Amino acid sequence: MAARAPTARASFGLKAATVAVLLFLHLPLTVIILFAFTTEDAAFRFPPPGLTVNWFGVAWQRADIWAALSLSLRVAALTALAALVLGTLAAAAVHRSRFFGRETVSFLVILPIALPGIITGIALRSAISLLGIPFSVWTIVIGHATFCVVVVYNNVLARFRRTAYSQVEASMDLGASPFQTFRYIVLPSIATALLAGGMLAFALSFDEIIVTTFTAGQQETLPIWIFNQLTKPRQRPVTNIAALFVIAGTFIPILLAHRMTQGTVEAGRAGR
Amino acid sequence: MASGVTRPGAEPARERASTSAVRFSHVSRAFGDVQAVDDVSLDIDDGEFFSLLGPSGSGKTTCLRLIAGFDHPTSGTIELHGVEVSGVPPYERDVNTVFQDYALFPHMTVGENIAYGLMIKRVPGAEREVRGREMLELVRLPGMADRRPAQLSGGQRQRVALARALINRPRVLLLDEPLGALDLKLRQQMQVELKAIQRAVGITFIYVTHDQEEALTMSDRLAVMNSGRIEQVGTPADVYEHPATGFVAGFVGVSNLVSGETARALTGLPATFTIRPEKILIREPGASVTDGMCWADGRVRDVVYLGAHTRYWVELDAGGELVITQQNVESTSMDVLAARDRRVRLVWHRLHNRPVETTG
Amino acid sequence: MSTAAASPTRRLSIYLYRRPALALTLLLAPPLLWLGVVYLGSLFALLLQSFFTLDSFTGQVVRKLTLANYRDLFVAANIDIIVRTASMAAAVTVAAAVVAFPISYYMARYATPRGRALLYLGVLLPLWSSYLVRVYSWKLILAREGVLNWTLVQMRLDGVLNWLLSLPVIGGPSLSVSRLGMFVVFLYVWLPYMILPIEAALERVPESLLEASADLGARPRETFRRVVLPLAFPGVVAGSLFTFSLTLGDFVVPYALGNSALFIGQAVLAFQGTAANVPLAAAFTVVPMVIMAFYLTIARRTGAFEAL
Repeated sequence: MAARAPTARASFGLKAATVAVLLFLHLPLTVIILFAFTTEDAAFRFPPPGLTVNWFGVAWQRADIWAALSLSLRVAALTALAALVLGTLAAAAVHRSRFFGRETVSFLVILPIALPGIITGIALRSAISLLGIPFSVWTIVIGHATFCVVVVYNNVLARFRRTAYSQVEASMDLGASPFQTFRYIVLPSIATALLAGGMLAFALSFDEIIVTTFTAGQQETLPIWIFNQLTKPRQRPVTNIAALFVIAGTFIPILLAHRMTQGTVEAGRAGR
Repeated sequence: MASGVTRPGAEPARERASTSAVRFSHVSRAFGDVQAVDDVSLDIDDGEFFSLLGPSGSGKTTCLRLIAGFDHPTSGTIELHGVEVSGVPPYERDVNTVFQDYALFPHMTVGENIAYGLMIKRVPGAEREVRGREMLELVRLPGMADRRPAQLSGGQRQRVALARALINRPRVLLLDEPLGALDLKLRQQMQVELKAIQRAVGITFIYVTHDQEEALTMSDRLAVMNSGRIEQVGTPADVYEHPATGFVAGFVGVSNLVSGETARALTGLPATFTIRPEKILIREPGASVTDGMCWADGRVRDVVYLGAHTRYWVELDAGGELVITQQNVESTSMDVLAARDRRVRLVWHRLHNRPVETTG
Repeated sequence: MSTAAASPTRRLSIYLYRRPALALTLLLAPPLLWLGVVYLGSLFALLLQSFFTLDSFTGQVVRKLTLANYRDLFVAANIDIIVRTASMAAAVTVAAAVVAFPISYYMARYATPRGRALLYLGVLLPLWSSYLVRVYSWKLILAREGVLNWTLVQMRLDGVLNWLLSLPVIGGPSLSVSRLGMFVVFLYVWLPYMILPIEAALERVPESLLEASADLGARPRETFRRVVLPLAFPGVVAGSLFTFSLTLGDFVVPYALGNSALFIGQAVLAFQGTAANVPLAAAFTVVPMVIMAFYLTIARRTGAFEAL
């Protein structure tokens, strides 16, 4: 069914329900932003007794927040990189060849993100301790990359499918080896898909808490830091400020990725 | 020039002075159960304009891809200028292709597209520019170097694709139905231009098409393919005047296929033959017939006026039907359409009957 | 043939051209090794572990196959955990379906194309912001003197809230530490996952079907009940796959808003962490997997997979 003009007006009740749900979905985040400025330590009393920006200064001083933030950034960047490489390789293999077990690859790639996080988490944790690998940045990255491959894979595969293969053949016909063809022809055509996939992987990794709890050992990513603060009522506004960072670290990359794939999404939806 | 029956797949004996540019030796390509190319043997000479003609699914594009290196034969060998190329990738073969969808690189300008092959070979920028401009002149698109493919019309894109291929001075150029997407007038114009370019540049053109008129117009020689096999190879005149099989007779131009009882009634023998519609003359019933002519009486079942000529369908008394084409030299549409239901006598030279293999 | 000296990558390409199977293997090896060996391998190792036991004296894992852990699952305390989690998941799923339906219906049937795109974005936006932070925000909202409390006081409904909190099982000292609070937060975080499939299913219902139903004499309510609901059902089931599965495995919400009554996710974390009883934890993870496997087979029959 393509787009068509609404035939009748929706009832007031329906519209009210829609607005209510939208408010329900969006208001909670505004609360976080509001309580980053409250003067009160426990930070939930409404209305807030006063507003201040002092907490930003306090947060700035906190070495543990900086450590957690920098770890999260490093992990997210490495995860995005690993996911980009693995996802592109898998997409290229699946797109070009008819081989036995083609659907299996798609299934395998989507499995880590489809299974509940605790399963992935505990499975990797027992494997890590079994192999005697010490917990470090790399164990966190391994955990994240496993379920981030799928976002890159999907994006790149979709882009491959939209590009005419004759261009690759034309390039090879004109004397370019597959490596040169990749550099001059394929890479430019999947560039935005790579960027979008990489940013989605970054966002997924930055926000991740469940699998990370299992694969991080003693280290604290920013979500883990917030998680540990959840039941501590002291200096809540500082936690709020850390939360703001996490919101930014997930929201902005996803927004950018959405913008990049916008044309295709709209076209796809319009064609329904 | 040998006339008469030619076996499908074999060429009439001729002088083989020039070297072979492309040689297929018993090449087959199967996709699972389907034989896309079935035991094809072919010799294409250096410098000739050679067409592969056939309907969809006849295997002609597959043959092209085998020459270019995008596909491997399941059996048989392919030689390019005497060298076997089975393990040689497309980027190492001295062959270039003009693709059916042109396959221009959308993120590069026309100039960059054309010079791509040179850029890969590390030809310096100044020389690339000079040769690029030469090519644009050759395909009659001067000054378009900075445009992008998206800004060009179909015919212009087709010429850029041609220039991009020719700039590398390949010894063989493959063209995969390059004019299919163009309208009739443009197509006819491009046919003339392509032929002129080929003569100017002097390299071997291998041209794939399903349009028999196109193949007849442009080729030095052509091969008619059907279901992966070669039905006939020869010059356009050969193939048109002396079709080897019923398929060739029916596919290349319009033809009448006469067999069985009708054949016996007309020629005295039940052997199958074809006769071209334009070779048959329409006379009044009872017209005299000289020696060496065939004749048949019948009734005009239908008439179609085609401007320059008219097509008649005549039901024969002896059974069966014949199609006749006549030029409208003196008659008008009124005259010819009045011929419906008239009784006529058809007369033609016995020599124009071409025997064919019954399996065609 | 080109006469230029071939670079090493070129020579590699030519070598691989003659061996397409090898080229494919090289391409697939890294991701397959990672996902197949590392991931699948650890999943399999986990499953295997669930059949081992932990020797409580030595603290070592005894590698003898046994069903002891699975039997342990039927101990009252553990059954409690499973039932508790499953019933929460069911409650959240039902509530999500009910709450999601109006907005999905509006988006599918009444919104202009532009409006629908905006609403789509509006539903997706919360998903783009951190899941953990969204849970955390509710801790603030549900607190004793927080936003929700203040709003209810203004509307003079605080008596209702206190009554609810006094109920056994779902109540507690404060909304932010109660089963009721957990329910609200679960509903909040998973709601978009229910809205989108339902909207997709509803969008696929052709206008002509509704017109035909009206033409045949059915009133709007009947058309809704007999035509729209059944056709939207696969979408509901698809959405429920998410809400159910996500609730089953979660430990963040129970940790943030729960008490000592554990949920499956917390149990797994606790067993493998402090108790170092990985075998039992492994057995526990099998529970949501089995439940979801059942759920998925049933869901497939309703055609929910096409609605995804």
